Amino acid sequence: MTTDIATPATPKKAVTKKIRVKTKATNNRAAVLFFIAPFSILFSLFYILPILVAIYQSLLTVEREGTFGKPTEVFGGFVQYARVFQDSSFWDSILRVLGFGIVQVPVMLGLALLLALLLDSPLVKGKRFFRLAFFAPYAVPGVIAAVMWGFLYSPNLSPFTAITKEINFLGADLVLWSIANVVTWVFVGYNMIIIYSALLAIPSEIYEAARLDGASQARIAWSIKIPLITPAITLTAIFSIIGTLQLLAEPQVFKSFTSAVTSTYTPNLLIYSTASVPNVNLAAAFSVVLALFTFALSFTVLKFTQRKAD
Amino acid sequence: MSATKAPVKKHNGPRESLFSRSGAMLVMAICTFYFLIPIWWLFVAATKDRGDFTSSAPLWFADFNLVENIVNLANYRDGLFFQWMLNSILYAGAGAAVATLFATMMGYALAKYSFRGRETLFNVVLGGVLVPATALALPLFLVFSQVGATNTFWSVFLPSIVSPFGVYLARIYATSSVPDELVEAARIDGSGEVRTFFTVATRLMTPAMVTIFLFQFVTIWNNFFLPLIMLRDEKLFPVTLGLYIWNSQVNQIPEIRAYVIIGALLSIIPLIIAFLSLQRFWRSGLGTGALK
Repeated sequence: MTTDIATPATPKKAVTKKIRVKTKATNNRAAVLFFIAPFSILFSLFYILPILVAIYQSLLTVEREGTFGKPTEVFGGFVQYARVFQDSSFWDSILRVLGFGIVQVPVMLGLALLLALLLDSPLVKGKRFFRLAFFAPYAVPGVIAAVMWGFLYSPNLSPFTAITKEINFLGADLVLWSIANVVTWVFVGYNMIIIYSALLAIPSEIYEAARLDGASQARIAWSIKIPLITPAITLTAIFSIIGTLQLLAEPQVFKSFTSAVTSTYTPNLLIYSTASVPNVNLAAAFSVVLALFTFALSFTVLKFTQRKAD
Repeated sequence: MSATKAPVKKHNGPRESLFSRSGAMLVMAICTFYFLIPIWWLFVAATKDRGDFTSSAPLWFADFNLVENIVNLANYRDGLFFQWMLNSILYAGAGAAVATLFATMMGYALAKYSFRGRETLFNVVLGGVLVPATALALPLFLVFSQVGATNTFWSVFLPSIVSPFGVYLARIYATSSVPDELVEAARIDGSGEVRTFFTVATRLMTPAMVTIFLFQFVTIWNNFFLPLIMLRDEKLFPVTLGLYIWNSQVNQIPEIRAYVIIGALLSIIPLIIAFLSLQRFWRSGLGTGALK
């Protein structure tokens, strides 16, 4: 990428076309403005502004005159944040999704990597079919996937009642991992495609020599392919971590199958139930803390993998 | 493997052993089963009437009632389900189209022009990639409620036409696949900057644009938290929210279960069609970076 040219002036061109530089520069400014204005305006309105409003709302608190008096919002400083840090259900939900992520993300990405490498190797016939078959669940929205798996887990309606009558997939012990399975089912194919695309971009000459020397496919994958596609794996890891912390649709659906999923089961469920109480200010504070937490975690992963790659 | 002592084989490289080939195919077979069985089950379940659903074998057909089920769904509550499908197609189709156009313009500008604050702008957008849609749902609700615009079509549509990830993809793709010489040549031929973009650059960037469109389409189609928090009027619901609400009513209204199942099947068909028909584009969209 040519990202190192951050200075506005372009001296190289100026040497050869001194006369045209001025008119071109003004033309370009109008063109650049035309290209970047629509996205920038929408981005400010629907990304930056909401974050600012949420921060503002999280600094307010509701005061009432007497028990049944008219509620008024007044500036409360960090009152809501103090509540966030004392709220054990919030931290329980964070710990729950972290535990979920520590197990689910490596399993999902490991499977996605394995399948991408197999698709990229000469070991497999019928690649087109397999690629589509594995990617198909990505076409199923999380809500719909959760509804489907809810039936598949059911002790009476499942095609696998022999198993589901014995093991209670919707009980308090297992339901988190039943949800993890739904998320894995939907997203393995998506991550596989990203990793597979990175593999396709590697010129085959790079490992032709290794193949002629008799290196096995497993060896080529481990020593040549995986190091070259580390950026793609990092990308999928970051998106998966974000997805995990933001878990909402699947547990929300599972609430109607089992009482083991409460309205504070994940951070976003807690935010939703807090906002519908309604306690908008506390919900906004939860949102801000969760966003910062998500950002910090994905940033750490990014930095960590970048340092390893150097 | 014994490739070293068999020079005859060498011109093709070493052949893979039968053992590793069958091992690989076994993994593929098991995974195919895992990924496709739930969808197969849904399809079979959608063809059954209420009696057969509970009494016949779940993974094979009984009487084929798919058409009757769809007709029943269309008649249930004046075709509310198809209103939801239409809403989803509008939110996702129009939303993804606009998002793709704006993200491509932005990515192209970031790749092909140098201007003050370019890198800052790009970094802010990249920060946006790390802010997931669900984290913005409540803040967006707060913004729209300030102007009294919650529970409207626009409250779900407008936020979904911003795609920071699209900008990121478009920039990378424009850098590698739109040659500077070509832009310069168009300039010398007297083509304006905007015209060059629409006639030359978009043609070269088509694979990237299809990729952005598809991913944004899926993102909007799957979006759940934003409509859940924004919308009260069920006539505005996208299909995910509608089916969620129905699914949570199954215990009170048992006959609704059949509608949830047939509805779930119908709701995934548009995405499968989109992916299959645009396959040729999105496959090359993420892969090729080589510029000759």
